[in-house]
Amino acid sequence: MPDAIMAEGLVKKYGDVTALDEMELTVPEGTVFGLLGPNGAGKTTTVRILTTLLRPDAGHATVAGLDVVRDAGRLRARIGVSGQYAAVDDHLTGAENLEMVGRLYHLGAGRSRRRARELLERFDLTEAADRPVQGYSGGMRRRLDLAGALVAAPPVLFLDEPTTGLDPRARIGLWDVIAELVAEGTTVLLTTQYLEEADRLADRIAVVDHGRVIALGTADELKDQVGGERVELSLADAAGLESAARTLAPLAAGDVRIDSAALQMTIPVSGGVAALTRALGDLAAERITVRDAGLRRPTLDDVFLSLTGHQADETTEETAR
Amino acid sequence: MNALHLAVADGMTIARRNALKIRRAPDLLGGVVMIPIVFVLLFTYVFGSMISLPGMSYAEYLLPGIFVMTIVTSAQITGYTLTQDLQKGVFDRFRTLPMSPSAVLTGQTVSDVIMNVTSIVTMALVGLLAGWRVRSSPVEAVLGFLMLLLFAYAFSWVTATVALALRTPEVFNNLATLVSFPLVFLSNALVDSTRLPGPLRVVAEWNPVSTLVQAARELFGNTSPALPAPAAWPLRHAVPVSLLWSLLLLVVFVPLATRLYTRAVSR
Repeated sequence: MPDAIMAEGLVKKYGDVTALDEMELTVPEGTVFGLLGPNGAGKTTTVRILTTLLRPDAGHATVAGLDVVRDAGRLRARIGVSGQYAAVDDHLTGAENLEMVGRLYHLGAGRSRRRARELLERFDLTEAADRPVQGYSGGMRRRLDLAGALVAAPPVLFLDEPTTGLDPRARIGLWDVIAELVAEGTTVLLTTQYLEEADRLADRIAVVDHGRVIALGTADELKDQVGGERVELSLADAAGLESAARTLAPLAAGDVRIDSAALQMTIPVSGGVAALTRALGDLAAERITVRDAGLRRPTLDDVFLSLTGHQADETTEETAR
Repeated sequence: MNALHLAVADGMTIARRNALKIRRAPDLLGGVVMIPIVFVLLFTYVFGSMISLPGMSYAEYLLPGIFVMTIVTSAQITGYTLTQDLQKGVFDRFRTLPMSPSAVLTGQTVSDVIMNVTSIVTMALVGLLAGWRVRSSPVEAVLGFLMLLLFAYAFSWVTATVALALRTPEVFNNLATLVSFPLVFLSNALVDSTRLPGPLRVVAEWNPVSTLVQAARELFGNTSPALPAPAAWPLRHAVPVSLLWSLLLLVVFVPLATRLYTRAVSR
């Protein structure tokens, strides 16, 4: 299958800050590729280069077989972009917003109008179609923005943090819409800060940090790298922490993390609830007091911690500095 | 469709969008209709009751000044809209579309012409009620309105340039107010500039706003032989100099705004 998106050695610098440091990625046609990383990791910069908004300082990239710099003009007719800010006009109605985009894709007045109505219906916005966007909820605005990206039925779609800032219900609604598009064969490049979102939508995920890909694989492969589920414990005192570490060592499927200041420990396990039950039983037998206990799946933080040795939000601060 | 045809079509699409926005946004609509009405009534009746001119009514003297004053202040809407679009990422969306890149600015400035037509018509009608009269021929009067619109169009490229350089709506608004007030008040728009003290008079005489006001007075026939004729060169040739000003602003600021737009959106 040909690659819908291909980027090689992309570099972008802003003064002393390196936003992209030899970014590489390939996305086969008809698949969903997730760029996962914290704020400032280089996700948006990558999207801006691939959507012709920004010229890379070095490297090159093609989208739908067209060079993002040399063929920028022709490429724009073949991509759809939906950004994190929902670039819709507040004073225009939903229908007017989409019609305008259709006209700017040069579909002509009649086709733009029909396409706008079609998309409004599809995105469940028919009722709000003739109301100014000002009164839309966050979820509705995002849906409208996404509809705007689909006006010309582009073969390649870029979604830059499509659900950031949405409430859980709106997020799930948007996921369903994106999943449908993918089922129709659109190639999608998606950026997100949420592992769960990448997990749900992406065929392959690249974890990005400091402007480069630090891990690549399916959601399951990435989670396996992190070590699967873990038991988290809060203990009553420091002495308990030490004896608990000794007691539970046989249960651990990886490195046990101990936070002595917070009196907390994290133990990678396999076996789910059974492992948690066993851990609590073992601790009770040793008369170690447990304040709080839980079993949880790996999060983006865990992926980051295991891949980079620092927390996701620390990266944000470093890049912002 | 060739490139020029596309640029025009895209420009019209953007202009249509902006015109819709002005119609729906109360703050913008207020700037286009309400403020001109208030200007005409306030200045005609407040200043008019204090100031008397030999050989003509103050309302007649004042209206061309109010036209120009409104054009200068409402050109801020161009810049304000641009800074807002820049901040909201609307331009990013535009730039990922296969549209003509120049269409954003031409569309914006063209919709401002529509806005200026609306506010000038409003002011002319309210002015007629308040005692303003056109004493020249209909052809001259039409030329007068066209000259005002041309200057308004050119001036909105100036505010577009400033807005794209400053990038944030708040900073732009502050600076625009700071510049537009002296521009209007250090001119002959509201008072007879020949009676200003020395240095102020020189500034007022060479202020392009004065030239435009003088040109409008001449074309609408709102002058009086009893008033001292302006001695300064730009005011003695007000109509051609006003046209020159408009062309000069266009020649300088169209390319400048276009360059700044490209720079502002490609960060």
